[in-house]
Parts: sequence; structure tokens; C-alpha cells
Amino acid sequence: MTLRQIAPWIAGMIALIALPFVYRDPYHLHILILILIWSFAYTSWSMMGRFGLVSLGHGGFMGVGAYVTALLWNHLGVSPWLGIPVAMTAAAALALIVGYPCFRFRITGHYFVLVTLALSGIVLQVITATRDYTGGSLGYTPDRTKGSHLLALQFDDKVTWYLIALGVWALGLVIWRWVDASMDRYALEAISEDEDAAAAAGVNVTKEKLKITLISALMTAFAGALYCQYQMFISPDTVSGISVSLQMVFAVIVGGLYMSLGPTIGAIITILLAEILRIGFGTRAVGWDNLVYGVLLVLFIIFLPKGILGSLVERLRTQRKS
Amino acid sequence: MMDIFDIYLLEAIVNGILLGGLLALLALGLNLIFGVIDVTWICYAELVMIGMYGMYYMVQYFGLSYFIAAPLTILLVAALGALLHLLVIAPLLSAPPINQLLATGGVLFVLQSFATVAFGIDFRNLGIRLPVLQFADMHFSYARLLAFAAALIGMVLVYLFMKRTYVGTAIRAIAQDRQIMALMGVDTRRIYIITSALGGALAGLASCLLVLQYDIHPFVGLSFGPITFLVCVLGGLGNFVGGFVAAFVFAEIISVGGLFSDLEWGYVLAFAFFIVMMFIRPAGLLARRS
Repeated sequence: MTLRQIAPWIAGMIALIALPFVYRDPYHLHILILILIWSFAYTSWSMMGRFGLVSLGHGGFMGVGAYVTALLWNHLGVSPWLGIPVAMTAAAALALIVGYPCFRFRITGHYFVLVTLALSGIVLQVITATRDYTGGSLGYTPDRTKGSHLLALQFDDKVTWYLIALGVWALGLVIWRWVDASMDRYALEAISEDEDAAAAAGVNVTKEKLKITLISALMTAFAGALYCQYQMFISPDTVSGISVSLQMVFAVIVGGLYMSLGPTIGAIITILLAEILRIGFGTRAVGWDNLVYGVLLVLFIIFLPKGILGSLVERLRTQRKS
Repeated sequence: MMDIFDIYLLEAIVNGILLGGLLALLALGLNLIFGVIDVTWICYAELVMIGMYGMYYMVQYFGLSYFIAAPLTILLVAALGALLHLLVIAPLLSAPPINQLLATGGVLFVLQSFATVAFGIDFRNLGIRLPVLQFADMHFSYARLLAFAAALIGMVLVYLFMKRTYVGTAIRAIAQDRQIMALMGVDTRRIYIITSALGGALAGLASCLLVLQYDIHPFVGLSFGPITFLVCVLGGLGNFVGGFVAAFVFAEIISVGGLFSDLEWGYVLAFAFFIVMMFIRPAGLLARRS
């Protein structure tokens, strides 16, 4: 990257870091934090999704990340600083157990989607089944400390959370960039076009796919843990299960799958949409946001499969050429 | 002690067979659509959910008898299936398969939230409580027996339709070769719509049967949707016989596994079994080894 390319990123980052010191309306900061956390989760999903590995199991990874962290804190008093890595490892192990046979035995396309779909369904079932510990479908709250507490990763002020979420979001973009610049990217692109041809050309298909799946699962679990620490309330419906997985797919498709900022655009659009509906309709909005999501998702896939950002960039490029 | 245990075990096994009939019915619908049109309806269980609401409103609000409401529900869901194909799948037929699948995921969202908005999140039931059959210290609900019998009859009817009618033959032919049948003078568009309606009708039949056993709420599809997908993958997508066998294997695991703990753990056990089977038979239960 040359300086010319990197300069807008740095300027944008500085502006984002400076924002809470200039403007600190708690409600708007709250929305921004949510957008940043979910952007990170959506970015994690598209790590795999952009290479044709469409997973509907990410709700499961997110649930594992959130619940393991919270359970360790409440029952064993393990600090999230330790709990989050443990939770991420658990999600990675889950990804390995499901991913390895899938990739080893060439389970792709529909099959892969259905297997991962079942995975998120099963994580939801486990959370519900262990209701004595997890609170089941009623949700779960990590024990609160008094005020802000670094060891417990609990902060009262929104500015701290904003900066944490911003850092994590930026980390997600850096990982994206890192994958983008690596040899694995070419291998994965070859695999997504033709697995047999890629294997014949000397690409270790199973290994490459597992690698990106593990990165994606680790990041998603991290997003789940972060969401849990920020919201201090998790329920199976908000962090795990099929609807969360589909929500990720939806946001990424709307934003644009193949661009590093696509998932972020998707998060901005979906969260703002949900908030506007919530403010406009109040409690009557229950269900309406998902109804609009669903209709938009279908329309986008039919008419704008590259997403908003992707289509915009494409249009700009063709204009510049002509 | 051992005697009692055996009775429970036997009861669980029989209940597993009864559950297997329903799962096989659901898997048949999905397999049919996959085999012919090459798409997977992620929202299949949600079609069943809409059908269950249809039953509820027809029986509770319009006072129709169960046996009049059932065929109407089957027609309703069949129409929904055809509509789903026309509105969502048909425009995407030449798109990458993943897009079709995700679009039906969007439909899942739409159906779930439509039910939330229109019917609320309260649990409802038909208020029909069928008696329980007692046989040698074992208890079987008539609802399950009826469901099993009706599911079997439904599957036999579909089988006869596929084997004995011209349209059925055309459907099977398209499942074998999608391109060539258009050249043979078969209107593929018409066949696709008929297949979608048939898949919808099977979902409708399932909803008439499930409504006797389960409470209805917008997310009821999630309690049997994932397991149906597992059944289809384990049997081999588009493989009717494989799906049928896998349905009973899964139902037994859930039923017998649930005997030792909660039903949810039966599902978890079934999933663990599924992962193991993927190592052994990745292309499906009945697939030939290559």
C-alpha cells in the first residue's frame, strides 16, 4: 500500500477515534458501538463467505463465544480476559469438528450450508437444554461488578466501549487485509472456482479451507463475547441460532460481500433500519424489522447480488472506463 | 427394575418409529424439490408453520371440522409452495445455487416475522386432545399413530403419482437430466411449478399432523427444521429412499436418546451421530462408495 492509498484510512480512523471526545450523546454512541460490534461479526462471516464457503453456523460460534465467557465468569469467577480466549478456543474446536469432515470429504454447496445450518440449530438446542445453567430461552446476565472494572471487562461509560469496539472493528479490517495480501487468498479463490482443478494445481484444499474457517470462527466467537460484555444480557435468540446466522448473511449481502467495508455498510444499514422501525412503531415493531429484512434480502439477491457497496463501486469503475 | 426399563425402552422405540414417519414425510418434500429443481428450501419448516396456523384459524375461528380444514390447509400450503417458486426461485434459476438457497433463507425471515406480526408470539393449540392408547403398560398417543399412518399414506400417494402418471414420469425424468427433457418436449417451467406445489402439499400434510402434537408459535419451525435438513443430508440430498431410511434412524436416536434425558439432548445426540456418519459415509447413508 502506498501512502496515497493509506492516507484516507488513517484520516478516517483519526476522525473515528476523535468522535466520542467531541460528541457524546449516549444513545447515538450506543448505536455506533452496536454497529461496530456487529460489523466485526459480519466481517468475520464474510471471511469465509467471500470464498464461496457459505456458513449458516456462525450463529453457533457467536453463541459459544458469548455463553462460554459469561458462564465461566458467573460460575467459576474466571475473568473474561481469560474466558474470552477459552470461549474462542471452544468455538474453534467446534469449527474443527464440523469443518474437518466437511472439507475432507468434499461436502460443499447445499450440503455444507445445511450441515452448518444444523450446527447453529444444535447450539441453540444445547443452550436451551442446559437451562439450569444458561437460563434457557429466558436469557442470561453476567454478574455485575460495581462501576467500571477492568478485570471484569465491565465499563459504565460508553466512550470506553466505543473505543474498544472501534479497535476490534479495525482489527477485523486488518485481518481482512492480511488475508487479502496472503497466498491463501489465491488458493481459496481457486478453490471457490473449481476445487478439483485447485487440488490438481497443488493447493491443499482441506487445509486452506480449515484455516479460513478457524479464523472466521475465532473472530465470530470474539464478537459474541464482546457483545455479551457490552450488552450484559444474552439470550439464545440474540446471539445464536439460525436467525442470527441469517442476519449475518443478510447484512453482508446488502452491504457487499467482496469488499472489506461491505459488511460494515451492511451493519450500518440493518441496525439503522431496525432502530428507525423501533422508534417509528414502538412495541408494535416486534417482527416488522425482520419482515423488512427478509423482503429486502430476497430483493437484493434477485436484483443486486453484489450488494450496495459492490454495485456502487462497479458502476463507478465502468463510468471511469468509458 | 429391568422389566420396567425394557417397557420404557420399547415404548421409546415405537414412538421413534412414529416420529420417523413424520420426519420421512418432511424429508420427502425437501428431497423432491432438491431432486427436481436443484434448490433447497431453507424455509421448508416455516411453510409447515404457516400451515399449522392455517389449521388453527380454520378450526378455531371458522369452526370447520378437522377433516374439512386439513385438505384446505394442504391446498393452501401447496399454493404457497408454487408462489414461492414463481416469486423467488424462478427469477434465480440461472443464478449461483447459493443465491437461491439464501433467498429462501430470506423467505424464512419473512414467514417467521409475518407470523409474529400477524398472529403474535402466544402459544396456541387446536384444543383437540386425542386419547392415549394403552397397550401392555405402554402409552401411545393417537395423535402420533394418526400422524404415522397419514404420513405413510401420503408417501404412498406421492410414489403412485410419480410412477403412474405422465406428469410424475416427467418429474422423474427431469430429476435425471435437467437439460435434455426440455428438448424432449417437456415444459420444464410447468413441471417445476407442479413439483413446488407438490412439495408444498407435503408440507401442508405435515402441518395438519404436527398441529395435533405441537403448540403453534412463529418459531415452531426451528424445532423440527434443522433435524429435517440433517435427515436429508444423511440420506443424500435428492435420494428418496436414503431420506426415508435416515428419517427413521434419526427418529430412533432422538426418541431413545431422549429417554435418558431431555428431548433436546436427543437432538444433540442425533447431531453427534450425524458428524460421525459424515466421516464414515460422507455422500449419504445409501451412497455407493467411490
